[in-house]
Amino acid sequence: MSGVVNALIGVVMGLNLWALGTSRLPTLIGVVSLQGTLLGALPWLMEPGADWRLSAVALATVVVKGWVIPLLLRRAMRAAHVDREVEPFLGFVPSLLLGAGGTVAALVLAGAMPVLEEHHGSLLVPGSLASLFTGLVLLMGRSKAMAQVCGYLILENGIYLFGLLLIRSMPLLVEAGILLDVTVGVFILGIVVDRIQRAFDSLDTRKLTVLRE
Amino acid sequence: MRERLLVLVPLVAAMGAAVWPHERTRPWWLPAAGGLHTAVALWLLCAPPEVSPGGWWGFDALARAVLPVVSLLFLLCSWYAVTYLRLRQERPNRVFVASLLAVLALVSAGHQARHLGLLWITTEAVTLAAVPLLHFNGTPRAFEATWKYLLVGGTGIALSLLGSFCLGYASLHGAGRGDLTFDGLTAEAAQLSRPWLLAAWVLILAGYGTKMGLAPMHTWKPDAYGEAPGVVGALLAGAVTTVAFAAILRVRAVVEAAGAGAVADRSLAVLGLFSLGVAALMLLGTRDFKRMLAYSSVEHMGILSVGAAMGRAGLWAALFHVWANSLSKGALFLSGGNLRRAGGGRTMDEVAGLSMVTPMSGGIFVAGLLAVTAFPPFAPFFSELRVLRAMLEEGHGLAAGVLLGGLLLAFLGLTRVTLAVWDGRPRLRSREVARRCPETPGVIWPCLVLLGLSLWLGVATPDVLQEAWTAAVNQFHR
Repeated sequence: MSGVVNALIGVVMGLNLWALGTSRLPTLIGVVSLQGTLLGALPWLMEPGADWRLSAVALATVVVKGWVIPLLLRRAMRAAHVDREVEPFLGFVPSLLLGAGGTVAALVLAGAMPVLEEHHGSLLVPGSLASLFTGLVLLMGRSKAMAQVCGYLILENGIYLFGLLLIRSMPLLVEAGILLDVTVGVFILGIVVDRIQRAFDSLDTRKLTVLRE
Repeated sequence: MRERLLVLVPLVAAMGAAVWPHERTRPWWLPAAGGLHTAVALWLLCAPPEVSPGGWWGFDALARAVLPVVSLLFLLCSWYAVTYLRLRQERPNRVFVASLLAVLALVSAGHQARHLGLLWITTEAVTLAAVPLLHFNGTPRAFEATWKYLLVGGTGIALSLLGSFCLGYASLHGAGRGDLTFDGLTAEAAQLSRPWLLAAWVLILAGYGTKMGLAPMHTWKPDAYGEAPGVVGALLAGAVTTVAFAAILRVRAVVEAAGAGAVADRSLAVLGLFSLGVAALMLLGTRDFKRMLAYSSVEHMGILSVGAAMGRAGLWAALFHVWANSLSKGALFLSGGNLRRAGGGRTMDEVAGLSMVTPMSGGIFVAGLLAVTAFPPFAPFFSELRVLRAMLEEGHGLAAGVLLGGLLLAFLGLTRVTLAVWDGRPRLRSREVARRCPETPGVIWPCLVLLGLSLWLGVATPDVLQEAWTAAVNQFHR
């Protein structure tokens, strides 16, 4: 079973690079949506005889990360008439190179950390670190508010991957809280995005430069 | 059961305020809930409840040492808010009032969380609940500040979650049961996997440090405090930051029990001194008196962080400083809000001569400035003196010198801006604006009371508080 899990995490890591390389916002949202769906499938694959708690978490992940959040983002994009270009601070090729370097570094770093017997050979830790790094690059390297939200979601996906290491021992409460917070966070982000659009007539964060020192 | 009231009262009030139909009377929910909350908090301070070991919630010694000052600050801010919202009738206040109460409920819950996951959830929820408060003014600048707050704060909070997971994995790897209560983690600290533990400490320090506003993760603070109403700034600086500080203290205790206390202390001290230095340099450069308050807050968070790293005496001084800072900074933020409204501007270039335009608020602002820059007999003088003494006792003479240098630079920066807006001849525009924003008692006396409390805390620190701080120190240093 761990072969399938690792393959999926490999796909997630590939999607990270795609997210870094794409120049179009709808594609970026699509990548985030696909990544969310894959992550939702992981708990089922990792624990075949899953109990209802685990299934509920997995289902909620697919629905929220793979469906609700991308829907909200697409709607915000339409409502705010956002231009479809991503408009990077950091070019696509440097982003990709950074992402590839980050992925290698994640593999090396994860190899240096001690893991439990059952997690030997698993890509969970490197996958998590690589997604985290990708999210940070997108957060800092893209000027559109919407692209930054996508970066934040990829960062959250990385943390979720790490959380899967603890899925047996972590109480449901904590997991539910995480999902809930992500949803509410994006909801609020959506509202703020809308307001920024109205106030500045654009979602380009390069225009948010009044406050600086 | 009493301690549940600290969360339930403001939560119910938030819901009540959210459905309350009358715009004019809705702000009264704030002092009503604040008064009840303070009464319960002071009762719990004087008669602490039993805390069940291993529980997920509890009003333990640390909560007892910090939460009452949050209550007091909220109560005074809530009285101020009633008058403030009357002055700002053009803005709808439903979301604002409900969010303020929700922040109080979540801060109370965060202080009582004895479980790593719950602590994280409450801290994240506080971050989200504060969003509508930040853009209350509805200006483009306010939205810009909110966006930066969400982005930087959100990333910080994500890092602290990853840190929590790492700590959980350290416990699992150490043949533990993955028990994430602080009692459980401390009990099995010796078996925690050291690489994961250190990774967790770095991430949690970065994450909760962002929430606290330690440099270099402080970048959201000047924007947020500068654009938010004064009452929100006071609560963010004096109440919300305390949750993050308490979180760092709780995790530090686990790291220390695992035998890596020296690493934790060193990182706290370095981060604290760095924050102090960055804040002092920024204070020398800023021309905006509201942003100045934010940098001053970064400076004081640095002092807290240094204090927490200096053993028993240092932690005691840091807890003292939490009280001293919250009360003095509250007076400064609230009177700063008055100055902002009356002055019609917020930089040294736009505003001058506020001692004539708003004599009361101007006077309180200058007195508050003296308080936060550690003039005797205000409380920050005594708490900072104790931090310094703890540093010398621990043999960190050089660090103590850096701390003193930073305090001196910060003092120069703060007085430079404050005296420039206080002294001189008022601008014509200020005189016109000030006529529309008179200094009513409602916006003066909460500042005076906060300043008085800071004075009282310095001159005659109540025994019950000293005892509460000692109990909290005992909880962490056995």
